[in-house]
Amino acid sequence: MTTELTIALAILLLPLVSFILLIFTGKRYNEKSGLVGTAFLGADLLLSLYILFAKIPSEAKVWDFTFTWIDFHSFVNNVPLKLDIGIMVDNLTAVMLVVVTLISFLVHLFSLAYMKGDIRYSRYYANLGLFTFSMLGIVITNNYLLMYVFWELVGLSSYLLIGHWYEKKSASDAAKKAFLVNRVGDLGFFIGIMIVWMQFSTLTFDGIFSSIQNGNIPFNSNTWLTAAGLLIFCGAVGKSAQFPLHVWLPDAMEGPTPVSALIHAATMVAAGVYLVARTFPMLTADALLYIAYIGAITAFIAATIAIAQNDIKKILAYSTISQLGYMVMGLGVGAYTAGVFHLVTHAAFKAGLFLASGSVIHAMHHALHQVNDHHTDAQDIRSMGGLKNKMPVTFWTMMIFTLAISGVPLTSGFLSKDEILAGTLAFSKFSGHTIIPIIGFLVAGLTAFYMFRMMIVVFFGDHVDRNRADHLHESPRVMTVPLIILAALSFFAFYSFNPISASHGWFFENVTTPTVVVPESVSATSTEEFVEEVHHQHTLAMILSVSVAGLGILIAFATYYWKKISADAVADALKPLYNFFSRKWYFDELYDATVVAATIGVARLLAWFDSVIIDGIVNGAASVTRLGSVISGKFDSIVVDGMVNFTAYSAGFFGMLLRTIQTGKLQTYIVFALIGLMVLLALYI
Amino acid sequence: MQAYIPIFLMIGVGLFLGITFLTLQRFLGPHRPNPEKLSTYESGMPPVRTARERFSVKYYMVAVLFILFDIEVIFLYPWAVNFRALGVFGYIEMILFILILLIGYIYILKKGALQWD
Amino acid sequence: MDMMEYFSNADLVGSSPILALGTFSLIALLVNSLVKNSQKIVFWVCVAGVVVSLWFAFDNFELNHTAFSDMLLVGGYASFYSILFLVITLFALFLSVPYLEKEEYHLGEYYILIILSTIGMMLMGSAGDLITIFLGIEIMSVAFYVLAGYFRTKLSSNESALKYFLLGAFATGFLLYGIALIYGTTGTTNLIRIAAQYPQAFMDPLHLIGWGLVLIGFSFKVAAVPFHMWVPDVYEGAPTSVTAFMSTGGKAAAFSAFILAFSVPMSMHDPKLTMVIAILAAASMLIGNWFGLSQTNLKRMLAYSSIAHAGYMLIGIASGTQLGQQGITFYLVSYGLTNLGAFGVIAMLEKENGKNLSYEDYAGLARTKPALAALLSMFMFSLTGIPPFAGFVGKYYLFASAVQSNLTWLAILGVITSLFSTYYYLRIVVYMYFREGGEELPPLSRISFATVVLSGIGIVVLGIVPSLILDVLKSMF
Repeated sequence: MTTELTIALAILLLPLVSFILLIFTGKRYNEKSGLVGTAFLGADLLLSLYILFAKIPSEAKVWDFTFTWIDFHSFVNNVPLKLDIGIMVDNLTAVMLVVVTLISFLVHLFSLAYMKGDIRYSRYYANLGLFTFSMLGIVITNNYLLMYVFWELVGLSSYLLIGHWYEKKSASDAAKKAFLVNRVGDLGFFIGIMIVWMQFSTLTFDGIFSSIQNGNIPFNSNTWLTAAGLLIFCGAVGKSAQFPLHVWLPDAMEGPTPVSALIHAATMVAAGVYLVARTFPMLTADALLYIAYIGAITAFIAATIAIAQNDIKKILAYSTISQLGYMVMGLGVGAYTAGVFHLVTHAAFKAGLFLASGSVIHAMHHALHQVNDHHTDAQDIRSMGGLKNKMPVTFWTMMIFTLAISGVPLTSGFLSKDEILAGTLAFSKFSGHTIIPIIGFLVAGLTAFYMFRMMIVVFFGDHVDRNRADHLHESPRVMTVPLIILAALSFFAFYSFNPISASHGWFFENVTTPTVVVPESVSATSTEEFVEEVHHQHTLAMILSVSVAGLGILIAFATYYWKKISADAVADALKPLYNFFSRKWYFDELYDATVVAATIGVARLLAWFDSVIIDGIVNGAASVTRLGSVISGKFDSIVVDGMVNFTAYSAGFFGMLLRTIQTGKLQTYIVFALIGLMVLLALYI
Repeated sequence: MQAYIPIFLMIGVGLFLGITFLTLQRFLGPHRPNPEKLSTYESGMPPVRTARERFSVKYYMVAVLFILFDIEVIFLYPWAVNFRALGVFGYIEMILFILILLIGYIYILKKGALQWD
Repeated sequence: MDMMEYFSNADLVGSSPILALGTFSLIALLVNSLVKNSQKIVFWVCVAGVVVSLWFAFDNFELNHTAFSDMLLVGGYASFYSILFLVITLFALFLSVPYLEKEEYHLGEYYILIILSTIGMMLMGSAGDLITIFLGIEIMSVAFYVLAGYFRTKLSSNESALKYFLLGAFATGFLLYGIALIYGTTGTTNLIRIAAQYPQAFMDPLHLIGWGLVLIGFSFKVAAVPFHMWVPDVYEGAPTSVTAFMSTGGKAAAFSAFILAFSVPMSMHDPKLTMVIAILAAASMLIGNWFGLSQTNLKRMLAYSSIAHAGYMLIGIASGTQLGQQGITFYLVSYGLTNLGAFGVIAMLEKENGKNLSYEDYAGLARTKPALAALLSMFMFSLTGIPPFAGFVGKYYLFASAVQSNLTWLAILGVITSLFSTYYYLRIVVYMYFREGGEELPPLSRISFATVVLSGIGIVVLGIVPSLILDVLKSMF
């Protein structure tokens, strides 16, 4: 193993060490545990940066270390049956390592203040470590097996973190919901992996892709290849909260706000997009089309819901779903780099948005606590307002994040969103699916609108309660510093020196579309042609996206700042539609009525089965034993009394034979053995 | 099956002899029972209690140990017969064998298995 | 006369592990009789014997020949099994000390009997001849009979010993009769020479019956249904540390000889014998797991589990393939570690006079002794066959071997019965974690705890990196 890979392994393991350390000793050094965790992540971040700077200029396309984990010493289809696992670092991994460790580090830092005095402070930091470890594992492995393991670990640790305040019923419910909904997607992922394993007898990305390239297709059918790709994509649907499995994510807001930042920006939800990116070479045109549509639908649904939400975190949650839909759509239309690029830029500004909202909530909590108000919801934007002057740092950083997510020029979000939109335009030109770019631009406008709606309601105007307003203060330095860092990272300059196009920045130069390996007849548009077309569409996309974003911002200001348009009047006029959006398209209700109800029905059936049949078997075994001893008791007394006659004897024999029993009498054991012997001999000869 | 004929023959002869003698004595021997004759034979002493009595475990202990060392002799016998042929090797072997049993004997002695009281 | 005429250096080297352990057992016996209150010294002499023997066994590993005119196999398979028995013995020895001290019945003879039975096991695992197998079984069993009745003032222990002895003698009768018939039809008891007569010897029904009787003798020893009846009573009545040793070492030894007897001489593809073994396997899995469901005493539950596991391992014999034999061997290693650990935990928590052995007594253990509860849960998961524990890999191999030999129904039955077994294995986990309770527990010994932790580590390591053993097995078969 090379030095670099050793370091990469260290990056993976450091958070695990932090987790183990804190879970076992955390209670003893409760206050110190936050600092310990943060220090570990700081070191991790530095190592990741080292890897990034070492990898990008490196000649090698990928650093890989594979070893045989289990060799079954046998063959299937003349391919040796063995499990290879290992780690690898390519440019995508290197970037992701930095993104994950950076966001995780900032979240650790931010939580020092935010979680101060929490009853399970050390557990919280331990779980953050586990979560980071699992996510890094997903990013760094070179095979589906380990990826699945880490995938499930992410599910577990997110469960632990979302349910951190498990005394709150809503929090423990949300944790369960996140876990269970993810399982649905994971099942598909698992089946996909099984198909791949059946066919290729290997699970390393490299092995699979080279097999496909050599014309080895599952069951010799391109449909199966599409199916395998889509099944693996199911995992991404779950983790990245894509339609129809997006319902867990808004509920996951019940976790502590820094956790939301971590989950929504860089870890869990990014895992799905990362999975699609990794699987990209084996996705057929059909699979990609499907993925693009899923992404587009998700982006649209979530954006419409976000408009009608009043909880600051819920708004951000739906915006996350919407942006994830964007990324998936980007990957689906073939704009691979743009999709991944959006993942990276989004990680920075979305983490920022969540941390800033955390800062706001923190201040609100504090103020509400001061005025002894325990009824007002600290997260409801309608009970805020006018925070601009009270919390200047939070305001300005959050403004930058909002500009970025809305796709305003000079921000990182502008660059990445533009590339995706140009990609959708190019895609529609090739395939004729014009609905996708239309949704893309529509969602861009909606995003700008609801984000500015939130900003205006929270920060502008006057605070709703003057008394409370006096108690509102800016958050401490540990909380604002991460915000400032993330705000800086939301500028274009970090990704490309050209403020209007990223296509010549370091990211696009280095994270390039991997070679597609599927047979030509089912592969999507070739990369060169596609890139060419994207260039043609770029200017158009830019103009369109800036105008829709501007339009969205304008409407937001007109409605909520200048009050030219009455939001209530519009809501009243469009009452059914508004309700439809504010009730989240009734997805929860729909699932409750169908899936949940069916599951509960099945559970009842199983419970019945359990209590009647299984317990019946258990009790039956017990009573047969009891019956047996009664019979054998009789049998004995008959023998002892010398009342033996041959009929009774053989009847006793058969009773025994039918009811295998443990009488505790040696004689019967031998009798059994002899009967068994006879039966066997009869079979044998 | 040819090879087994002597065995069957043996079984046949055994059965025949047993049955014959038992039947013969029934007819040939005098049959004059009296209470003394019908009582259980116990070294000429009058039987006083039931025969199904619990014996002290010491009897068994002695019996088991007797058999153990008795069998040692059975192993010694073939060696003694072939003493010359087996030579020094056999001699050392037998010494080892007896030594092992000796350790067992020391154990028995030390644990007091042979002390009657 | 030249001594070399009778035996060679190679014979001495080949039997060195057995000779070494035998010598140490005699020394221990001498020490025990000459020095008063010498339990501790005897214990360390026995440990030393096992360690020396282990060293010889490792040393022999690379060899591949036979000793004493093909009576003993040397190296490879024999060494592997010798090492397995010795390691199990070592674990059992260290588990026993605190247990015996707690029960206040600590005698030197205990340790001597343990290593004497190990000698028997090693003979079985390296047997090249049916007579050697018989000798090994007897040496091991006689020591076991005494060990089962070790608590001689306890009625249950006495009962256990007597039952074990009588049924064991019964089984030996079958075995000997079978061996006699095989000898009668082939003129030899040597396994390889019997193998040489493979097709024609089987024309003779007496030969077939001979193998059938040997099979039944073995079935008694491995506790396969319908020759399993002694197991629950004996396991329950015997001292827990002895049960731990019997259920691991004894079973491993019986299977090692089973493999030797049934795969070396026949390369085993006699369809009738295969079917009989398959039926034994199926019956053991079914009955063992079925009766396991309704048990309340943990030792008894593990006894039925032991029957069920005998069934799983018989699948490997029935398959008759190398994969199956490797599977059994791996399974024995994992089962040995797991059961030693499980019984170790039980022995630690047991109170005087066999108290504290029921499911209810373990309620709330996770709160009072979290480490023990976690370990016991791990062992239960491993017994169930849940990854990442070693039990999973073993089961995988056995079921795979069944599928390979067109015995898919057996594999399916195995999976289904495993499913049943989760009920009683995981029930204890439920009791420990989800029930309130928690009486005062006896003080726990550090040595036992260390031993149990070691076996816990063992099953995790083997579960995650099974190649450690599998690669060795690959070279053996």
